[in-house]
Amino acid sequence: MNDQTRILAILRQVAGKPIEPSPEDSLFESGLLDSFTLTDLVGALEGEFGIRIPDSDLTPRKFDSMARIEAYVASKR
Amino acid sequence: MAWLRGFGSYLPDRIVSNVEIGSMTGADPAWILQVSGIEQRRFAGTGETVVSLGARAAQDCLAACGAGASEVGLILMSSGTAERRFPGPASAVGMELGIAGIPAIDLPLASAGSLFGLTLAAQLAGAYGNVLVIASEIMSRAISLTVEGRETAILFGDGAGACLVGAEPGIAQFVDAVLHSDGEFAEVLRLEHDGSIHMDGKTVIMQAARKLPRAITELLERNRQAASEVEAILLHQANLNLLTRVAQSVKVPENRCYSNVARYGNTSSASMLIAADEWWREQAGKWPGPVVFAAFGAGLNWGAMLVR
Repeated sequence: MNDQTRILAILRQVAGKPIEPSPEDSLFESGLLDSFTLTDLVGALEGEFGIRIPDSDLTPRKFDSMARIEAYVASKR
Repeated sequence: MAWLRGFGSYLPDRIVSNVEIGSMTGADPAWILQVSGIEQRRFAGTGETVVSLGARAAQDCLAACGAGASEVGLILMSSGTAERRFPGPASAVGMELGIAGIPAIDLPLASAGSLFGLTLAAQLAGAYGNVLVIASEIMSRAISLTVEGRETAILFGDGAGACLVGAEPGIAQFVDAVLHSDGEFAEVLRLEHDGSIHMDGKTVIMQAARKLPRAITELLERNRQAASEVEAILLHQANLNLLTRVAQSVKVPENRCYSNVARYGNTSSASMLIAADEWWREQAGKWPGPVVFAAFGAGLNWGAMLVR
């Protein structure tokens, strides 16, 4: 399973529905995520990819799209 | 060793409903309730000030404790909405209480100010005797009641709370506290002179949703206190969704997380003490067991305090 597929699975779990965002879609503006679900997303990414996401990185812009999440996860490995 | 002796609060008379604030800001009342859990808030009258609200809460607290103002040895007063740069409101509240001459220290900390005040009071009670912690906020004069400012304006209300902390046995004993500050996100929640509140709500919520549970867990673990045995969590009343989230994260039943945010909105540093006052009045004079106070706010400043 590639990173994109794993991230999409996490997003679906956090959103609680079978969402299908495009890589560049804003997850906030589309209403798929809010501040609380983004916090869940961050925790799930840490567990899934074995990375540590510091509080200093907890800003919406770093996680606002599939592409940004994928780039962020890659940068943490 | 320090003890809480009692609480007090004061809320202005004017009730501002979601319908009314919606008419000023263009916000849908149902949306306000959905995103915040807030149904109404109080706004101070034109003649009211941070000092007058704080003095009323302090008087209510002293009366509830059966204490006279002359028994107070130190005033610690938090406010993020004081009317002027200096002097702050603490000394003026002391004068209003008739105890001019008693040291009075301002803590210009929004939201988490009362938690920091209580923690400092617990440390200082041995030296100063009774420490009167007061938090007073007039948020309605710091918001922009416009369409542009609505996401922030809908959240806030005015009010004041107080707690008397002493070195002699009282209603509950201070056990421990953890406090944290981090200026990295100072810009996401700020109030400039002659401006209105700026809040990057998403970032603030994300930081709070992570930092608050972590601080509470740190406190409980350090004191070998099981979360399941915590009888109440008295949080800064920022947003009902955040309160629920924090309770879930630290595995304390949600019904033990006291909330009055529906009635008063977010009264910044005053909110935790107003909540504590109302919660304590429901306890019929018996402290139920371990209770956690916690707050998060601009700075960023956050922390938690354990009382038994």
